[in-house]
Amino acid sequence: MRRQRPVTFNHNPLLEKGLPAWRARFVLLALLLGSAALVGRAAWLQGFNHEFLQAQGESRYSRVIPVPATRGRITDRNGDVIAVSTPVRSIWAIPGDARLTPAQTRQLAELLEMNVADLNRRLDSERDFVYLRRQLSPETARRIADLGLPGIHQHQEYRRYYPGGEVMAHVVGFTGVEDSGQEGIELAFDAELKGRPGSRRVIRDRRGQIIEDVESIRPPRDGKDIVLAMDNRIQFLAYSALRQAMQQHSAKAGGVVVLDARTGEVLALVNAPTFNPNNRTGLSGAQLRNRVLTDVFEPGSTIKPFIGALALERGKVRPDTTIDTESGRMTIGRATISDVRRYGVLTVSQVIEKSSNVGTVKMAMNFAPEEMWSLFDELGFGTQLDLGFPGEAAGRLRPAKSWRPIEQATMAYGHGMSSTLTQLARAYLVFARDGELLPLSLTRVESAPAGSRVFSVETARMMRAMLENAAGPHGTAPKARIEGYRVAGKTGTAHKLEGGKYVSKYVSSFVGFAPVSDPRLIVAVMIDEPSAGQHYGGAVSAPVFARIMEGSLRSLGVAPDAPLVPLHLANRVEEQKGNM
Amino acid sequence: MNEWRIHPLGVLRALLRPIDPWLLLILVALLGYSWVLMMSASPERVATQRVHFAVALLAMWAVALVPPKRLLAGAVPLYLAGVVLLVGVLVFGESSKGAQRWLSLGFARIQPSELMKIALPLMLAWYFQQREGMLQAADFIVAGILLAIPLGLIVVQPDLGTSLLVAAAGAYVLFFAGLSWKLIVPVALVSIAGMAAIVGFGDILCESGFDWHVLREYQKQRVCTLLDPTQDPLGKGFHIIQSTIAIGSGGLFGKGWMAGTQTHLAFIPERHTDFIFSVLAEEFGMVGAMVLLAAYALLLLRGFMIAARAPTLGSRLLAGAVTMIIFTYAFVNMGMVSGILPVVGVPLPFLSYGGTALVTLCIGIGMLMSIERSRQAAKE
Repeated sequence: MRRQRPVTFNHNPLLEKGLPAWRARFVLLALLLGSAALVGRAAWLQGFNHEFLQAQGESRYSRVIPVPATRGRITDRNGDVIAVSTPVRSIWAIPGDARLTPAQTRQLAELLEMNVADLNRRLDSERDFVYLRRQLSPETARRIADLGLPGIHQHQEYRRYYPGGEVMAHVVGFTGVEDSGQEGIELAFDAELKGRPGSRRVIRDRRGQIIEDVESIRPPRDGKDIVLAMDNRIQFLAYSALRQAMQQHSAKAGGVVVLDARTGEVLALVNAPTFNPNNRTGLSGAQLRNRVLTDVFEPGSTIKPFIGALALERGKVRPDTTIDTESGRMTIGRATISDVRRYGVLTVSQVIEKSSNVGTVKMAMNFAPEEMWSLFDELGFGTQLDLGFPGEAAGRLRPAKSWRPIEQATMAYGHGMSSTLTQLARAYLVFARDGELLPLSLTRVESAPAGSRVFSVETARMMRAMLENAAGPHGTAPKARIEGYRVAGKTGTAHKLEGGKYVSKYVSSFVGFAPVSDPRLIVAVMIDEPSAGQHYGGAVSAPVFARIMEGSLRSLGVAPDAPLVPLHLANRVEEQKGNM
Repeated sequence: MNEWRIHPLGVLRALLRPIDPWLLLILVALLGYSWVLMMSASPERVATQRVHFAVALLAMWAVALVPPKRLLAGAVPLYLAGVVLLVGVLVFGESSKGAQRWLSLGFARIQPSELMKIALPLMLAWYFQQREGMLQAADFIVAGILLAIPLGLIVVQPDLGTSLLVAAAGAYVLFFAGLSWKLIVPVALVSIAGMAAIVGFGDILCESGFDWHVLREYQKQRVCTLLDPTQDPLGKGFHIIQSTIAIGSGGLFGKGWMAGTQTHLAFIPERHTDFIFSVLAEEFGMVGAMVLLAAYALLLLRGFMIAARAPTLGSRLLAGAVTMIIFTYAFVNMGMVSGILPVVGVPLPFLSYGGTALVTLCIGIGMLMSIERSRQAAKE
């Protein structure tokens, strides 16, 4: 059949030649040139630039990413958690990839608790990476992941949670969003708590998704746990007692420090006003201030026992030495020092008991300014405690050379100098510890550190007896007494300085310890500007002291050293005696 | 043996007779290479591409069964249909990415410009076949018009890449038909001068706001990106930078199959279609690229052998043009991926994912087979 097919044009001689030779050669040349260009380009890229381009490629997919270390916990001395890191998730987006329908945007905005306009503004960003919302609960994050939205990603972070809330706020402080300490213990011990983040090398694709975990370059080292000296129960007790007193006296601020007299540990440290560290929106500076460590005040009469002790120590007086407080007025230079009442002739013990300014000044004027200065210095006034706490104040103690007689006199009753409440509480260790002073510690210590001796045992014990009287029925602070324990302590009522002048505003304080037979706790209370009528330390701060001391001693199981006579009965007996 | 009795084996032999073993061998090798690459570049598309392979091979075989004379006879209706469809695109076409290229026929979307890649050289070959022995300068003018009509329709879509390829397909026929050097040389010179101007004064020309008149803004961008891909590393330059990195980091022997980092981390754009060459170069290195070039060279060699020995003017022109089209596709694609040509949407022949281009090319191979068979038949 095929042979019968007409093949007329096949024999055209012109066509038998095929392609003209020169055109064929031209085509061949073009093909060769084209191929040569491709081969040359391949050699250039794959031969000469091979390593450079390989490195370029690697730099586009290989990433070293940090592996966060878990921040250490903060616990109280009994292991109760005060601060702990919980995993949270942060939601971020690659705006270029996030092409969402209006319905999807609405859903996402709802889960993020943002309004749609805000969300859209973030997603319109020119950048490749925007945070949509940080520190979201894992539950909400999972619901967002379930939506399966393009370009919306999340990663894990840690958020600090403070179970103690506002009770512990000032001690613990808080961390910022980057998980580093910003206040309090969180800042003071940041290095230990933080640990060291590790790093991993990973391969990421163009969208930033981790495809493969290549190697761990350095494992993360989690932060250390910090065990505080603080006792949760005492802290809470102190907090509620202080808050109640502040309300009762319409006070502006207040603070409480509780020390363990045996070890120098800070068992409680309370400030008011306070804040909730778990929700720090709308915080004011006043709330944030850790007053007992960073604010100084003029301690007032709480200084007097140190002057008395110095006079006893140097043999200038004995407890029964009499001092004539005259008419309750004393003139030094052109200034007058006065007592609240006309006491007449008092023993040294009564000077402390009644808190006589004139009597104290008379004792103080026996000493050179340098002697008084070095006493204050030994007691730690004018020097930072070095607890490692941020912003700790040193207090004011001017060099002795610049003291004028009137200044030496007023300093004897705690004016013209200043201290923090914590410094003051620590100084009382010398009475509670038979003349010895200890360094303080915010963290739990296993055994008491070495102390330094300021007074002899005898002096300290004599002063302890006087301070017990001061807190007794005839002293300035009968309200400091508690059932079952002998307490000792001293009131302080200082006028406030405003613009260089003393005004009719007060700082009422009380510092004391118990049980007197073997002191275990020191409690210092300071209430700033009580303005509901009463302002004396004995009326405002002593009851707070009593409440905290009683509760703390019981919670620690300290053996009572006084007969358990109900106080109201004891008071009645005393009243009858007084009337006689 | 009785001629009239239909013997099953005889039928099969008759059906397989037009298959050229050389072309088939090379084609199967290329498709195998494509399969291997696709498993790495886009495993989820392997199954679909296998269907494309089957359809394309069937199309090739069907075309190979048709004698060249019949093929040429179909040129006019095919060409006219193509022109009508192109007009239809302009009037009813669907827009996609700023250009009207698709025409919906209700049951399928087609791209008439793809049809033109075959229809135009076929038409021109048919025309010169008709004018065999009496070719005049005027014939080239007619041929030029036949070329210009579809070309213009594709340019206004606008689709620069396809219009260049269609123009090239037509130009090859004119060239093999003996278009005067007096015409070729000036056109070539103008093109070369234009290229030189772009390269030489690229900085000025590429400043924003500078209107090129001839090309649209996005086309200007493509040329400018080629001149300096780093100018716009996140945008259009991204493709070229990523693919040169992929090719270069492959080195001599490559990173190994399935081990191309640029590929598998999705840095290479369109890695299963236009940029599959960078996958190949990254995973199989320079050796793998040379193997591919060798396969194309063998294909071209066979194509030109067939063209040179083709028994009629029309079939010779057709064979030459088809062969040159395959070369052009391969050269433009590899040049684009390796960064010596601008980014135009041209797939790598037989290797890129996608059915349309593959079927078109295999129809071309089928034409070559048909032409070769007709020569053998003429000798018998």
